[in-house]
Amino acid sequence: MYSTKFVKAKDIDDAATIMASTEDGKFLAGGMTLIPTLKQRLANPDCLVDLSACGLSAINDDGGAIRIGAMTRHVDVAESALVQKAIPAIADLAGHIGDRQVRNCGTIGGSLANNDPAACYPAALLALGGTVHTQNQSITAEDYFDGMFETTLEEAEVIREVSLPKPEKAAYVKFPNPASRYAMVGVFVAKFADGVRVAVTGAGEDGVFRASDLEAALDANFSADAIADGKVSADGLMSDIHASAEYRAHLIGEMTRRAVKACG
Amino acid sequence: MRTITMKVNGVSASHEVPDNTLLVSFLRETMGLTGTHIGCDTSQCGACVVHVNGKSTKSCTILAAQLEGAEVTTIEGIANGDELHPMQQAFHENHGLQCGFCTPGMVMSAIELVEKNKNLSEREIREGLEGNICRCTGYHNIVKSVQDAAGKMGG
Repeated sequence: MYSTKFVKAKDIDDAATIMASTEDGKFLAGGMTLIPTLKQRLANPDCLVDLSACGLSAINDDGGAIRIGAMTRHVDVAESALVQKAIPAIADLAGHIGDRQVRNCGTIGGSLANNDPAACYPAALLALGGTVHTQNQSITAEDYFDGMFETTLEEAEVIREVSLPKPEKAAYVKFPNPASRYAMVGVFVAKFADGVRVAVTGAGEDGVFRASDLEAALDANFSADAIADGKVSADGLMSDIHASAEYRAHLIGEMTRRAVKACG
Repeated sequence: MRTITMKVNGVSASHEVPDNTLLVSFLRETMGLTGTHIGCDTSQCGACVVHVNGKSTKSCTILAAQLEGAEVTTIEGIANGDELHPMQQAFHENHGLQCGFCTPGMVMSAIELVEKNKNLSEREIREGLEGNICRCTGYHNIVKSVQDAAGKMGG
């Protein structure tokens, strides 16, 4: 790891002020991607601004949605009675990210800010039509993701919390890579009174996306049978050593069917 | 450089280290606690697992600077004098190791797993140890060890 400076921010405004004073600083949330990246010398920030003391880990229910603080660890989301009751699919998703040690450190804000194309939370945010709240603004899921590892967050902008509307039914099913355990394909299906939303992670060349054809079929008939014969296009899907675009397209259909079944 | 103070195995430890020092380096190189192993450089193998404020944590993937004031327990801190921790004893009795390199992380990970849920199924044990890789045993006797220890730890 290159040498760097470490600063623990006192609150969110302090974090932004410190970041503005750096040349190429990085916010440090749970560190589950950033620290391995630093160890491989794939990044060389002059300063790490630790967000753990900014008071950003809380889970609340505001009636129509749950609000999860950006620094809430995956383990705390998975074990939250509030989340298990309000949106059990989110508790289940959080409880299957990485391994137990990753879940003990990794955070929802870190995952969403990093926008790894194979991360689980982006699919949840997009399928639930959630909102990312920062110290400056609120950004809807539609406006938030901006391609692989990119978001519309400004420099020195910190996620404060994430609100996730409660669906009638929802489920997330992923096909983990056997080695890395990242999603080769993960599908989050959410059924609301005004329609079904399906978001896919792990597959798109530009990161997470909504599968509009599957949404239309499930809007008409919310059952796995409705998409039993549905072919998913491989256009725009990733091909790499783990899977071809065609295989990922097949997995999208299969994971969607499993998710719809899991909705009960 | 910065001075970091944390409680390691119940004893306060204060050392001056560079800001980019990983917890595993702080433990092994600064404090000489070499029971915690480094098996990979990619945060995957789990040989370096310790407890940070009671939670199992890969010490190769967290900076010492993040842990000012934290309580850390390593493999050196779980026995009671000459009396092994029930998890260590179970690994011994069930031949839960061959080369032993992964064992410190495996034991620390398994202790947290059992402390959270004493009635674990075999599947839950296997899934719960997902973050710990063993290249010798095929995991069979590790799972047996954890089942045995869970019983002795009050399951």
